[in-house]
Amino acid sequence: MTVTTPTELAEGAALVGGATRPARPLRTREHWTPGRIAGQAVVYVILVAIAVLYIFPFLIDVATSFKTEPDAAAHPLSLIPQVWTTAAYEKLFLNSDFPVWFKNSLIVTLLVTAGRVFFDSLAGYALSRLRFRGRNVVFALVVAVMAVPNVVLMLPKFLVINQLGIYDSYTGMILPLLTDAAGVFIMKNFFESIPVSVEEQARIDGAGTFRIFWSVVLPMAMPALITIIILSFQGSWNELEHFIISTQDPSLTTLTKGVAMLSNGQLSQGTQYPLKLAAGAIMTIPVAIVFFIFQRRIVNQSTGAVKE
Amino acid sequence: MTAATMPTRRSRGRSGRGITRGQAAAGWLFTAPVLVILGLFLLVPVLMALWVSVSDWTGRGSPISGDVHFIGAQNYGQVLWAGGLAEQDFGVALRNNLWYVLLVVPTQTIVALFLATMVNRRLLRLRGAFRTAYYFPSVTSSVAITVLWLFLFSTSGAINAVIGWFGVKGPNWFNDPDGIFHFGAQSGPRFLTGHTILGVSWWDWIGGPSVAMFAFVLLAVFTTSGTFMLLFLAALQNLSGDVEEAAMVDGANGRQRFFRVTLPQLKPTLFTVITLGLIGCWQVFDQIYTGTRGAPSKTTLTPAYLSYQAAFEGNQWGQGAAIAFILFAIIIIFTLIQRWVLAERAVSKRRMRWITDYQRTAARSGTGAAR
Repeated sequence: MTVTTPTELAEGAALVGGATRPARPLRTREHWTPGRIAGQAVVYVILVAIAVLYIFPFLIDVATSFKTEPDAAAHPLSLIPQVWTTAAYEKLFLNSDFPVWFKNSLIVTLLVTAGRVFFDSLAGYALSRLRFRGRNVVFALVVAVMAVPNVVLMLPKFLVINQLGIYDSYTGMILPLLTDAAGVFIMKNFFESIPVSVEEQARIDGAGTFRIFWSVVLPMAMPALITIIILSFQGSWNELEHFIISTQDPSLTTLTKGVAMLSNGQLSQGTQYPLKLAAGAIMTIPVAIVFFIFQRRIVNQSTGAVKE
Repeated sequence: MTAATMPTRRSRGRSGRGITRGQAAAGWLFTAPVLVILGLFLLVPVLMALWVSVSDWTGRGSPISGDVHFIGAQNYGQVLWAGGLAEQDFGVALRNNLWYVLLVVPTQTIVALFLATMVNRRLLRLRGAFRTAYYFPSVTSSVAITVLWLFLFSTSGAINAVIGWFGVKGPNWFNDPDGIFHFGAQSGPRFLTGHTILGVSWWDWIGGPSVAMFAFVLLAVFTTSGTFMLLFLAALQNLSGDVEEAAMVDGANGRQRFFRVTLPQLKPTLFTVITLGLIGCWQVFDQIYTGTRGAPSKTTLTPAYLSYQAAFEGNQWGQGAAIAFILFAIIIIFTLIQRWVLAERAVSKRRMRWITDYQRTAARSGTGAAR
């Protein structure tokens, strides 16, 4: 998972844009013939089958993390361990660097999310509302940057981080992620969609530009800010590439990097599936929490055609 | 420069000279953090990497110091035409990723579109729950999902257990380097094995992804279809129902309505999804790093991973940077091809007439049907 992907931009646009759709009344009256009912039943069977396919792997993940290793190998599909054991979790928390990884991920994610919310909205506001020479050039630059694939930048980013002497430091891990072009783009689009009259009133009352931005405009931008929070949190929590190229020191390893190394054998011997799956399950929890808090916003951008 | 001569999009006539000047300063101040960070960690790196890709830097000291020399296109040559191991590795990586793109992009697009139309039904109960279920794999970390995938697709894993129900012995997934289109054949006819492109025989080019890479294909569809479903869903919800209703009134069946009325209207979104899919698929890295590191027999090697491996593990920084730029070029070329292909297949005139006819019908019968 990369941080500034065009996918996120499109996702973000969908998140911000979907909220304002007008409701459309239901027009055709539905007739419940036996054929229709059978058709509906087929639809539900298909939908449930696919939902099972999408969710069952995660249930297997959690179940297996409480199994013993022989049990995991012998009953890969079973959701109930033969013998319940928390050995995997004990090992992770008491006998490994896992807590350090978790702490690092948390630090980086919180700072990156805060930074992006602030800097992206600041720049987005300037690009949509403030008139200054070179504004179009700045915006063109932001758009151009979005076009460069992240993976292509891995090695180049290392070169600069190394040159600046911030390799193997929190600065090197956090600073390059602190703003993202997609976020600026989302904020700019949002600010353009809200009326300027309130700001003008504040300006006439003598408020300075930053004050108008901070106390008048930003509170109105909550929907867009929430989008930025979701995308930044998820993006930086799941980020892997950047931490591979910016650190080497085990005390700076993040969850993604640590679990990836555990998985690809740089840190472990043998399969140890319960352990790895437990690690995977724990690292999914924070994103899952954010996801479920904002779930209505994400998947129900509008309640669909039928309202009321 | 005064406020009067400044071209203003929304003319308000009230902004005085002082305010404009204040805005200029604030404008630069507000965008400065973004400019500095994006410039420092995106533009400067690209320039530095461009230099490294044509230099003989070995990773010691600074690449812009005096003892690093310009060596022209040698690094690109090693990868593209020198005939050595580097070229062969790149050929293999390109083949793996090409098959990955060819299989993942159409599949994820079709699955996403299918899911979106299914959960967009008006009379569907639990719509939110279904959408949540389908989207969930997309928000979780690629590392966590890859770990899960390794377990599910292990020799004695869940997938093989399910395959076993049908009395078939499942493959050794992540340890199986055989191309899926070789169908178990160990060697091919002479005219296919005798010729090579980028050090890889024609036989290997057409062999398809290895069984191991195929497991990654399934992983990609699993994790991306939810995101693209949301994009299609947003587009579907913004469609006016009038055209479809007019088609329904005229007696078009469900399939006709979908392929002739709905799908043509979704073209812009289809375009976005395919573009994003292409760009994403050429960047597979996380899964490879976490899962197989290119094994078995280099059949899950991708250009992105090869670039990393060449630089960080092999100390071939020039080659690593060269691969990154070649990858960049590939992504641009593929995006352009896709734009061209989809533009050619723009809504045909005949089909367009269909749609406008319906729109006219809809306009005529008007919203009257609703009242």
